[in-house]
Amino acid sequence: MSHLDELESHSIYLMREAFHAFERPAMLWSMGKDSNVLVWLAMKAFAGHIPFPVVHVDTTYEFPEMLDFRAWAKEHYGLDLIVWVNQEARARGIGYENNDPVTVTHELKTVALQQVLAAHKFDALITGIRRDEDSTRAKERYFSPRNSDFEWDYKDQPPEFWNHFTTEVGAGEHVRVQPLLDWNEIDIWRYLEREKVPLPGMYFSREGKRFRSLGCMPISKPVESNAATIADIIEELKTTKTSERAGRAQDHHERNAMQKLRAKGFM
Amino acid sequence: MSTLSPSTTPVPAAPRSAPSKPVSAALDHLNLVVVGHVDHGKSTLIGRLLFDTNSVEDGKIERLQAAAKAEGMEFEYAFLLDALLEEQAQNITMDTTRVPFSTPRRAFTIIDAPGHKEFLKNMITGAASADAAILIVDAKEGLREQTRRHGFLLSLLGLKQIVVAVNKMDLVNYDQKVFDRISAELGEFLGRLGAKPTHFVPISAKRGDGLIKASENLPWYKGPALLEALEQFRATPPIQGAPLRLSVQDIYRFDARRIVAGMVEAGQVSAGDPIEFHPGGKRSRVKTIENWPATAPGVGQGPVGAGRAVAITLEDELFVERGQIGAPPGDTPTEAHVFTARIFWLHAEPLKVGELVPLRLGTQQGEARLVAIQRTLDATTLESSTGPASEVKRHEVAEIRLRVRRPIACDAGGRIPSLGRFVLMRGRRIAGGGVIDAVLRDESASADAAGGSPAHRAALLGHRGAVLWMTGLSGSGKTTLATALEARLLRSGVLAAILDGDMLRTGLSKNLGFTPEDRRENLRRATELALHLADAGVVVIAALISPFRADRAMVAEKARERGIPFAEVFVNAPLAECERRDPKQLYKKARAGEIPLFTGIDSPYEPPLAPDVEVHTDRESVEQSLQKIADLAISLARPPEASVGEQGANI
Repeated sequence: MSHLDELESHSIYLMREAFHAFERPAMLWSMGKDSNVLVWLAMKAFAGHIPFPVVHVDTTYEFPEMLDFRAWAKEHYGLDLIVWVNQEARARGIGYENNDPVTVTHELKTVALQQVLAAHKFDALITGIRRDEDSTRAKERYFSPRNSDFEWDYKDQPPEFWNHFTTEVGAGEHVRVQPLLDWNEIDIWRYLEREKVPLPGMYFSREGKRFRSLGCMPISKPVESNAATIADIIEELKTTKTSERAGRAQDHHERNAMQKLRAKGFM
Repeated sequence: MSTLSPSTTPVPAAPRSAPSKPVSAALDHLNLVVVGHVDHGKSTLIGRLLFDTNSVEDGKIERLQAAAKAEGMEFEYAFLLDALLEEQAQNITMDTTRVPFSTPRRAFTIIDAPGHKEFLKNMITGAASADAAILIVDAKEGLREQTRRHGFLLSLLGLKQIVVAVNKMDLVNYDQKVFDRISAELGEFLGRLGAKPTHFVPISAKRGDGLIKASENLPWYKGPALLEALEQFRATPPIQGAPLRLSVQDIYRFDARRIVAGMVEAGQVSAGDPIEFHPGGKRSRVKTIENWPATAPGVGQGPVGAGRAVAITLEDELFVERGQIGAPPGDTPTEAHVFTARIFWLHAEPLKVGELVPLRLGTQQGEARLVAIQRTLDATTLESSTGPASEVKRHEVAEIRLRVRRPIACDAGGRIPSLGRFVLMRGRRIAGGGVIDAVLRDESASADAAGGSPAHRAALLGHRGAVLWMTGLSGSGKTTLATALEARLLRSGVLAAILDGDMLRTGLSKNLGFTPEDRRENLRRATELALHLADAGVVVIAALISPFRADRAMVAEKARERGIPFAEVFVNAPLAECERRDPKQLYKKARAGEIPLFTGIDSPYEPPLAPDVEVHTDRESVEQSLQKIADLAISLARPPEASVGEQGANI
């Protein structure tokens, strides 16, 4: 059994445990590479039928190409897709034109997520976060409880071992289920390559640039790259030492921005 | 601060190793836990490993050096780890963290488990998923409390690949005698736990001695450097040659297929294999392995090996459910009722003898009663407590005996590790974990090949059946007390049922009247029913006037013959009081001559001469009377062996 097989099977195990344990689970989907691995794994876990809604928190600053991909993938996988926009914040004029990236991310992602969670009474959110993305994520559990204010009590996390998890929540609480926690960036690419998982084209080099990580249009910057295939990308990652989210402005706007976002409930 | 002290720190320049070539995908990935006493150098070691393997982001070292210089501090390798985790700035300390690094030969993930005592749960969370461990010990300080505690837990968690790093050798002048003494002492300690470290390596994480290659400061040491020792470890391989163990997670019916989804814990499974599900033992054959996408390369009808998630369909429409384990007929897991285990307890509230505690093993869930604590162990000294204890406190390790209410399928004694270990819950949290050492022959059920023996049922229910015979005049309060008693027993987990006159007269004895013969026949039927239910494990509360001593003696005798606990309760209230109450207006009708042969009016009531309990409902509160009867019922229902084990059923 290869490392990828091991990661795949464990992720599938986690998704099935989540589906069994919770009454109203949902899966977050951003159309990004990790998200697409998540959808792919869910298709495998449930033998070709994802038995819970897939939620896209739409900031309204999405790349048009990503929206095309969203429409295509919804049909292709037969997703029960919920698209959610924080209309209230947009009506107030919250946006990159008027606000800093941390504020926008908080309003259009975190608050939007709170809204969709409340509207659909989800008790578990399956997310695609990985430990290697950001150092604050290094401490995460596979099943990570959040209180009704979305807060993550990282100082007193429940024990988690031998494939036993926190599977019950109180009223208003939910659990973040994180099947990709053990994957790193290169595992994701190797898996995408092995499984031939469909991806948006923006990850691949066009005119010497490609996106390594995709977020909102105004704050996602491409990196210099000639990697036109997944194999090229894997070669490139072997030598790079810049961090994956270096192109994401909200992480760097101020010191510890990521930590602040996460304490408020961002993924 | 700008104290520009001349730095005497060995300033790291370029990494000393050749820049690591990335590992190939084929090389297995090793999860490594670093444990040991606080301040024995875990963070420094991890920082140094990151540095020496060239696993640090460009510019990070320089930034940290500049920062340290600006603060007037000596640069320390621990900063690397700290900075990586932003721990200093954000105060998120003391949790399990994961740090990747790689050497030309393999990829590692370090699971950093903190050394502080109260954060043991994080250490266990980390170490339980590790393939190998570095147990670090300070050469100058020697073995300390957490050195031993962590060593103990590594052995309990089943970690076999352990390397001991004797750190800070520079502080003891690289003295071989110090190294030998510590190695011998720790080796002996771990040996008593059945753990045998692969290597003892002298190092100085701070100076870089003995980490990636032999150090000239340690000329007497001929073994591998730490990294070389680590590279020899293997990712925990799936157990070879074991029979199939398929943990069922769920049954899916999203379309016409009925899919059994689960994890292959051991062995392998292919279409066409006969398969038996335990507990229960239902047998079928694997019809298909379900794959998505169906045409992907490498998918087929098996074999699917250990560690893989799988979805199968069966040839027969069996009732298979989550928690069952699929196995080859003839080589199935053990179905256990009672077993011994070694556990560690993490919850602030101690685990008490008699307590009923939720248990999870694989995907099985159940409830277990802590029957006995053979001994608790002080993990630091391996001294056992004197004799049996009554509770396991936080951070204690204990040998215990558990009885599960419904049998669980398991493989004890390390045969198939994932099916021999379990967690115990407190509320929503995992409160402890343990390893099953031996499945015991269930004493209370051992007489029987026949599964349906009273003893077997008692084991299942946690109590045995009994008959509580409440006699008294109509209106004396039998029904009131019986109803309250039934509710109280059910609340405390005792299966109880009421058998009363109205129920008999409107059903089973509908064809009978009130002549002495008919009364006797009614009583015979009531007796048979009560004894049968008691045999089935029920605590029967018979609330019947049963006016004649001879009849009641006959019931008691039959119960005695069949080995069923029996007690007579006299619900005593004076006739005048009963007639005053007259809840069903029966006395009124009897006085009017509408009911012939009514007990107390024109038929005698013979009060018991020596009842087991007598309650006076005319002068006691219901609560007072109830307490006496409930105590009696509980003592009757208590299984003979459960002198300690069933204390939990106190009311």
